[in-house]
Amino acid sequence: MIEADLLTKRYGSLTAIEQVTFRVEDGEVLAFLGPNGAGKTTTMRILTGSLPATSGRVRVAGYDIDESPLEVKRRIGYLPETLPLYPEMTVTEYLRYVARIKGVSRSGLRQAVGQALERCALGQVRGRLIGNLSRGYRQRVGLAQALIHDPPVLVLDEPTGGLDPKQIIEIRELIKTLAGAHTVILSTHILPEATAICQRVIIIHKGRVVAVDTPERLAAQLRGAEQVKVALRRPTDAVRHALATLPGVLKVTPQETVTAHGEGAAVWLIDCERGQDVREAVASLVVNANGGLVELSAVAMSLEEVFLQLTTDASDRAGAPAPDGHPASSLALPSEPPVEPRSSGAGMTDAGGAA
Amino acid sequence: MSKLLAIFSREWRSLIVSPVAAVTVAMFLLVSGYLFYTIAIAASVQTRMMLRMQQMMPQLNINNVVLTPALRNLSVILLLIVPILTMRLLSEEKKQKTSELLLTSPVTVTQIVLGKYCAVLALYGVMLGLTLYMPLLLSWFGAISWWPVLSSYLGLFLVGAVFLSVGLLASSLTENQMVAAITSFSLLLVMWLVGWAGAATADSQLGPLLAYLSILQHLNNFLQGLIDTKDIVYLLGLAAIGLFLTHRVLESQRWR
Repeated sequence: MIEADLLTKRYGSLTAIEQVTFRVEDGEVLAFLGPNGAGKTTTMRILTGSLPATSGRVRVAGYDIDESPLEVKRRIGYLPETLPLYPEMTVTEYLRYVARIKGVSRSGLRQAVGQALERCALGQVRGRLIGNLSRGYRQRVGLAQALIHDPPVLVLDEPTGGLDPKQIIEIRELIKTLAGAHTVILSTHILPEATAICQRVIIIHKGRVVAVDTPERLAAQLRGAEQVKVALRRPTDAVRHALATLPGVLKVTPQETVTAHGEGAAVWLIDCERGQDVREAVASLVVNANGGLVELSAVAMSLEEVFLQLTTDASDRAGAPAPDGHPASSLALPSEPPVEPRSSGAGMTDAGGAA
Repeated sequence: MSKLLAIFSREWRSLIVSPVAAVTVAMFLLVSGYLFYTIAIAASVQTRMMLRMQQMMPQLNINNVVLTPALRNLSVILLLIVPILTMRLLSEEKKQKTSELLLTSPVTVTQIVLGKYCAVLALYGVMLGLTLYMPLLLSWFGAISWWPVLSSYLGLFLVGAVFLSVGLLASSLTENQMVAAITSFSLLLVMWLVGWAGAATADSQLGPLLAYLSILQHLNNFLQGLIDTKDIVYLLGLAAIGLFLTHRVLESQRWR
């Protein structure tokens, strides 16, 4: 449905994106991930024809954006980063206006507006001025605006920005229902969102595509080492030494966090060799030593860490703040090429879960 | 066409609900009304004086003494008013990023430019129409001849059309409304003053050319009741150039 070939955009001497190439199939939901300034918005603006590329080609449904821009624009609904809203219009007026400039026929206008209002749950505020709406409602009006002409391709720049958790879930559900009949490209900085709704993820960093894959496989590929977290009610040095000498275990590190397991309890992180599952051995050892096993879990690398690893250089990774104190982020991961295919370990599903 | 109409009606609505346009139109009517009043009073004083001196005055008519000066003043007020009416047309879209909606919609730049231009032209038409009370009021008190009034209004409408296209062009150049207003005011002032430069250099070869380029010169013909095709073509041509340049600017901005 969408083919982007070697897209490059330069602003003077500044290169916003360089040789970005990807394809999106019919009915696929694809996410752009990347830190601020990575080039997500630039790429989306080029795809929608609001910004021309310095070089490279974009084809949407077989039409080239430079040769037949109107044909491409007819087929795209776009939610820009900054919502294109007129504060002095009411929601219904605005949606009617958008429908008309998108080429919805006069007879189909009422239905198109009604459907967009319903899909984005805007019924209550349909007669209110956009300028008086809250951020969440405005975001939904922006989304309704992108959906109004029922385009085969949707390009959504941060569709859940400014929404509360309940609304985020609603919008995610909405995007899921759009998948299949529509091709969706969205950008986000909320990583679980990409995992929740997208079939594929493109990670962009400094204007280049650094990885393209499913969220699960990206997480799996990037697991440099495995960790097991174990919590004991009665920790002893003997148990700790015994654990360290288990086959496959590299080292045992006590965590200095206050645990929920009461006075005297301890949480240890066990680094193991790649591909080794030592959980069973750890469990039996601790139980036999009467250590009071209260928690045992595998620490898988979440998409957050994949993301950090891909988008942070090895040199500045050491100084990077660990995201919400998650243990695995302090790991010194081997500096391998990020997208080398390797099938090891589980995906996201057991990340950090208590045993 | 339907898309042009959609852009037109959105722009029209946003113009008439905007306080800026309301205040501007009100100021226009207030200032022009005051000038009309002073001219009418001065004319009546003058007329009475002449009557007292028992002079024959076949050359005195109400069109020449009151209406033509009052309508000529309108064109000067326009110079100040038009930049304010046009300053937000395109710059605000850019500032609020609503231009992104237009750029990613299946509409052409021509539709955008014409839709917005027609909306502000319609507002101008209404504003000009509201000054029709001047000839109506005069016709209440005396016999006025209507043909020169019609040609004057045609001339004022065309001059306004030129001014608005210049204002639209200025608005396409920036996303700052103040900059747009100042730019269009400067451009209009230059177009206005070209005639003075023509008068100052009348003896050289450049003089007549500059005088011909002056908008005031062409407007004068209309105000005197003279509808000349070359004046119409000149003013329509200028408006078209303004719109064409606006089109080019918008088109080229996409490529930066």
